[in-house]
Amino acid sequence: MTKEDIIKPENLVYQKPELLNDNPMHYCPGCSHGVVHKLIAEIVEEMGLTDRTIAVSPVGCAVFAYNYVDIDWQEAAHGRAPAVATALKRLWPDRLVFTYQGDGDLACIGTCETIHALNRREHFTIIFINNAIYGMTGGQMAPTTLLGMKTSTCPYGRDVDLHGYPLNITEIAAHLEGTAYVTRQAVHTVAAINRAKKALRKAFEYSMHGIGSNLVEIVSTCSAGWKMSPQSANKWMEEHMFPYYKLGDLKDTGKETEQ
Amino acid sequence: MADTVLLKGNEAIAHAAIRIGVDGYFGYPITPQSEILETFCEQKPWETTGMVVLQAESELAAINMVYGGAASGKMVMTSSSSPGVSLKQEGISYMAAAELPCLVVNVQRGGPGLGTIQPSQSDYFQATKGGGHGDYHIIVLAPASVQEMADFVGLAFKLAFQYRTPSLILADGIVGQMMEKVVLPEPRPRRTAEEIIASCPWATTGRTNGRKPNIITSLEMDPHVMENRNLRLQEKYATIREKEVRYEEICCDDAEYLIVAFGSQARIAEKSVETLRQGGIKAGLLRPITLWPFPSEAIARRARQAKGILCVELNSGQMIEDVRLAVRDTLPVRHFGRMGGVVPDPDEVVEALKKEIL
Repeated sequence: MTKEDIIKPENLVYQKPELLNDNPMHYCPGCSHGVVHKLIAEIVEEMGLTDRTIAVSPVGCAVFAYNYVDIDWQEAAHGRAPAVATALKRLWPDRLVFTYQGDGDLACIGTCETIHALNRREHFTIIFINNAIYGMTGGQMAPTTLLGMKTSTCPYGRDVDLHGYPLNITEIAAHLEGTAYVTRQAVHTVAAINRAKKALRKAFEYSMHGIGSNLVEIVSTCSAGWKMSPQSANKWMEEHMFPYYKLGDLKDTGKETEQ
Repeated sequence: MADTVLLKGNEAIAHAAIRIGVDGYFGYPITPQSEILETFCEQKPWETTGMVVLQAESELAAINMVYGGAASGKMVMTSSSSPGVSLKQEGISYMAAAELPCLVVNVQRGGPGLGTIQPSQSDYFQATKGGGHGDYHIIVLAPASVQEMADFVGLAFKLAFQYRTPSLILADGIVGQMMEKVVLPEPRPRRTAEEIIASCPWATTGRTNGRKPNIITSLEMDPHVMENRNLRLQEKYATIREKEVRYEEICCDDAEYLIVAFGSQARIAEKSVETLRQGGIKAGLLRPITLWPFPSEAIARRARQAKGILCVELNSGQMIEDVRLAVRDTLPVRHFGRMGGVVPDPDEVVEALKKEIL
């Protein structure tokens, strides 16, 4: 049996989405970004929206998201992606618009834009990668850094007296009248990836149908920033991140609308 | 037939923008320019032209909304006054770097800091020298009348799209608040999505017709590529300097004493020139209309026949630096200005010229 005999469409069990190009990713081994990028590429393709999608990348590790997913991208200033996306979606209402932001970008410098865009019921999706650390600048404390967790700017562990509490912005988003779908997912196992994909797809569909604003948090690892192997980072995330950042849907008004 | 109406300068900006087919306005209230946002909201252009109008949560958000709209090829604008325009500088720098066309209106008030709500021209340095971080310039138009407030909206967008750069209308509280007769521009429809996609092939509109992805970014990690981007910007600025200088000359042909003033102060200085001429003093007014690019050659040309120049500005002396660069110490160049929201009357300018130069 030759290679040509085996490589046939009917034998295909898995393939990389076409929108995910072959550029080598700059992400560290074990990083969650690559998995989420792949899910985005798959969903945009499956929804047939390649020619109608405009995405907004953040400042942070995912600043270069535009190098990997072959759709139109705008690179926003730090924290301002929801403002950028607000204008985009209002000016191009039939386009799929989403932002892709980390915890520093979304929950610290961009908190104001995040809250207001979500509460204005802007019809786009915010994808929120929460790895509890500033990855690109070398592992500083983030608004979502857990108490006791060590980073380069809280080297003795996050101390509530010095730094206050980790900000649970997704819970805040769920309380806003303007949000339709608020969920917290992860991509550390095949089952989690499948759930995250369904969540992202739902958020994109709500965005296209004008049901409201949508926030999909992906609790993620930063093995380099956490100074762990990819495998132990996943384990640490399960043991420490998930108890504070509980997975699952926090709000789904679209479900009620459909009923 | 042209529509002649009585409007405030701020109102004229909004009416003109709706009529020329602007796609989006994003603003945040601040005195003395809130009538711009209020006029848009009162006019409800989303029901007529389909224009998007949004009161943003901050000046930062507003300028970044402009970034998003401009990067998709739409005609978008924002307006503010001095403290708010300081907040917008980061976004303006990003748009200059990403070569995005847009309009920013600054109806200046006195500073520094929270300053005052009264008129000022103390943002000249900020407007003409870049304002934000990095090596860049934006086109700066200085209206001296309500008519120019209306006319410069279209001109600013024309230049912004021609050169793919932000344009700034640098007005002040006087021009924004005063009422004058104004002929509004002829209404024209907004461009269709197809027209935008055809005329702005760089814009992020979705990969229409299966084209390659468009990416709007100001980031580049390779220093040589980044230097080339900077060189391209500087080439563009050289072209703008060469082709887009605008100014007005009043009584300059035989002028022995030249007043250089822009915006509201040019209106005051025009009266001063009249008074001086009645008193037998051959005075003239050169009014820069573009503050960047600055009319250096025109000023140098007039300086050759003049005995002295008085720069009249509502600040401590900012434009005077560009005038001095233009004439290079060949004649006395003096400053007269008031600050903190105080506005001089024409006689004060006459006295200043007599005291400083005559």
